Amino acid sequence: MTELRKRGGGGGDPDTAENISDKEAESDDRLGLPGDAEGECDVDSKTETPDAPVSTADSDNTPEYLTKALEGLPPRWKNYWIRGLLSICMISGFFLIIYMGPITLIFVVMCVQIKCFQEIITIGYRVYHSYELPWFRTLSWYFLICVNYFFYGETVADYFGALVRREEPLQFLARYHRFISFTLYLAGFCMFVLSLVKKHYRLQFYMFAWTHVTLLIVVTQSHLVIQNLFEGMIWFIVPISIVISNDIMAYLFGFFFGRTPLIKLSPKKTWEGFIGGFFSTVVFGFILAYLLSQFQYFVCPVEFNSETNRFTVECEPSDLFVMQEYTLPAALQNTLRWKTVNLYPFQIHSIFLSSFASLIGPFGGFFASGFKRAFKIKDFADTIPGHGGIMDRFDCQYLMATFTHVYIASFVRGPNPSKVLQQLLMLQPEQQLTMFHTLRSHLKERGLLPPAAVQAE
Amino acid sequence: MGPRVSRSAWPGRVPRGAKPRATRRSPTSPDPRPGSRCSDSELKAEKDGVSDNESKVDSGVPEVPVPPDDTPEVLNKALSGLSSRWKNWWVRGILTLAMISFFFFIIYLGPMVLMMIVLCVQIKCFHEIITIGYSVYHSYDLPWFRTLSWYFLLCVNYFFYGETVTDYFFTLVQREEPLRILSKYHRFISFALYLTGFCMFVLSLVKKHYRLQFYMFGWTHVTLLIVVTQSHLIIHNLFEGMIWFIVPISCVICNDIMAYMFGFFFGRTPLIKLSPKKTWEGFIGGFFATIVFGIMLSYVMAGYRCFVCPVEFNNDSNSFQVDCEPSELFQLQDYTLPGVLESVTGWTTVRLYPFQIHSIALSSFASIVGPFGGFFASGFKRAFKIKDFANTIPGHGGIMDRFDCQYLMATFVNVYIASFIRGPNPSKLIQQLLALRPDQQLYIFNSLKAHLTEKGLLPAVEAAA
Repeated sequence: MTELRKRGGGGGDPDTAENISDKEAESDDRLGLPGDAEGECDVDSKTETPDAPVSTADSDNTPEYLTKALEGLPPRWKNYWIRGLLSICMISGFFLIIYMGPITLIFVVMCVQIKCFQEIITIGYRVYHSYELPWFRTLSWYFLICVNYFFYGETVADYFGALVRREEPLQFLARYHRFISFTLYLAGFCMFVLSLVKKHYRLQFYMFAWTHVTLLIVVTQSHLVIQNLFEGMIWFIVPISIVISNDIMAYLFGFFFGRTPLIKLSPKKTWEGFIGGFFSTVVFGFILAYLLSQFQYFVCPVEFNSETNRFTVECEPSDLFVMQEYTLPAALQNTLRWKTVNLYPFQIHSIFLSSFASLIGPFGGFFASGFKRAFKIKDFADTIPGHGGIMDRFDCQYLMATFTHVYIASFVRGPNPSKVLQQLLMLQPEQQLTMFHTLRSHLKERGLLPPAAVQAE
Repeated sequence: MGPRVSRSAWPGRVPRGAKPRATRRSPTSPDPRPGSRCSDSELKAEKDGVSDNESKVDSGVPEVPVPPDDTPEVLNKALSGLSSRWKNWWVRGILTLAMISFFFFIIYLGPMVLMMIVLCVQIKCFHEIITIGYSVYHSYDLPWFRTLSWYFLLCVNYFFYGETVTDYFFTLVQREEPLRILSKYHRFISFALYLTGFCMFVLSLVKKHYRLQFYMFGWTHVTLLIVVTQSHLIIHNLFEGMIWFIVPISCVICNDIMAYMFGFFFGRTPLIKLSPKKTWEGFIGGFFATIVFGIMLSYVMAGYRCFVCPVEFNNDSNSFQVDCEPSELFQLQDYTLPGVLESVTGWTTVRLYPFQIHSIALSSFASIVGPFGGFFASGFKRAFKIKDFANTIPGHGGIMDRFDCQYLMATFVNVYIASFIRGPNPSKLIQQLLALRPDQQLYIFNSLKAHLTEKGLLPAVEAAA
């Protein structure tokens, strides 16, 4: 992870640092596995040492012009400049795609998901020397397509209900969607069983499990990200920005004030960085929530307009995004001398999101660090110069996406009305009548249905 | 019988140089079970560096050595006179009958008991697979593993059972205050519990054993994915009507037995390299026999309300009841036979339950795709060089050995029901409706009214009432 690269402060040194820890880890692995002398089968540590350096992480693939521009500086500063430039590039890219709208965001999320999947599967291939089994790649990508088809189909059926009802083939696909997805998955499963080769059973099972765990992590999270997006772009932007801010702030605080190590797994993380990052992220989230809550573009659920065949983000902002007055507790009143303060309720929620991002989000990063240590790789890939692969940037985001989704489902919104209506219309006519009567009596009971309106219909 | 497997699988106690297949050829436990013959000769010949080190197995130690023969004493004495091969047949036959009788018995006891049994089977399967993982990865010296694996099992079960309970016991849940809070924030609580386990895992990473720990983490999650989700799909099928639970399981059992019989008497052409004892004759014979069996079984069962009705929880009596008006699927209807069959059988129409047509689809799946679950389990056992998952059932192996074909079947039945039989669950919809905001409820009410009026289901007079 980032800290190992920083240890030597330059292009060459992190590798030696990593190599040292590699050897250490190797010998420890050997000691830690009893029965090695008897040649038991899990001797991956002995035979698979050479795989790690094969990774492209060692080669410096900074673009040429950057290297030329920064020639004069010492290697440590050069590395900082590259990382800084790339960070700014990525953040600008993030703003650009937000500007371009929801469809582009969905598309970018899908691309990121595919790249993450590819990175993890490539690591699995290298670790297990699976190149000579031609079905593996095909099967892994096939499973990715199946699971994506299943999830995107569920999303499309939910949000594009009107469009789906219009087109006949889409209607057929939507009605039997689960069956079709299951059949596709089964076909892949049977192909896997038929492709089992005598000498390589264990490898193949490992890769099967590796693929499935990767799908579980990468694909489900990316779809939760998209569900959050449909809830309102602010539910997509604020969590991601908070995680990025926590990364940067914890790094800066650690850089300037860091003294006490946080966890053995990531030796460069410090308690000062952790706590400083926590407070600054809460403040940042608070301010960002305030800024974004004012715009309908961010706040409204993304809806598909059947007439114009486009996405619209226009609505009456819900209660969450309407400024309200809160009375400060007495303690704060004395210090600030304000009685009430005008806040968006969403800002209160953003405090919870920030807390999660600062306190639990790093565990996703530790998990990824442990994973890289376990398989003796430095970075997931080398896609982004100075930063590593896409997975390196997104490892903390995954827990955040799930948390945001669960948070929304539990505390913010109830069921989706259009989805409920769609399911209602799929019932049998008698069941629909029963529901209608139940609903009518319920509404009458609560006084929501004025008798005049009922009689007029 | 279970603990004996784990203890003998400790690395320190395994006799050097012992191979699982050598003991399999001993007279006390001849192995008629398909899929367990190994390729010793190929392994000996394999000397180049295949990375999964299968070539080293000859000098190495089997991860899970064959447990000793633990047929109960009573059986041993009764069958002491027979030759060892027939003794094994008798043991398997008697145990098969015992299992089938037990199956009937628990059906008789009702839905609650069935749910409990499904839960117990799930826990035992999980335990068996995790034990194999432990012995493969020598993970005994990491004390957190067992705790964490069982904790994850608890979390996922809590999540799934909570969703089921909320759906089916809706009224009960709304009445009791603590249950109401638990169900309202159910996802959040489940996620928090899971996260706690995740953080404990990260904190428990020990420097020397990273890879082992990640392997076990992956192993636990894949096992949960397979075992727990399938068992919950079984319970969903059960709530749909006990016939949706009994017929698929019986079809798979019947296919196992029939394919075995046909293979035994007529088997000649091998089916797949993975399981050398399976034959095409057994496969095809089993297919037709299972379809016939499925049709007959559904005919017998569709006549009884207690099998056919959805299981519902009666709020007043606080118990399960299976009483209803049987749906169209379970009412005899006349079908006109196609011309070919008419001339053959001399009948013009035949009276069938529509469910019997569905049972043909279920039987076909059980015969054609179900065995792939068995091949998968065979491949898994070959890959990790184990003969059986455990030794719980004498003559048959572990619980997983009996249930490996059932898992695909359970998912298929659930998807089949969701796609072709029923629509969304009305009680769940009511629950969601009542959770909406009033203006959303009004919006849905008006849309529904417009829809029903349009379709002519709601006469104008009634709409005004």
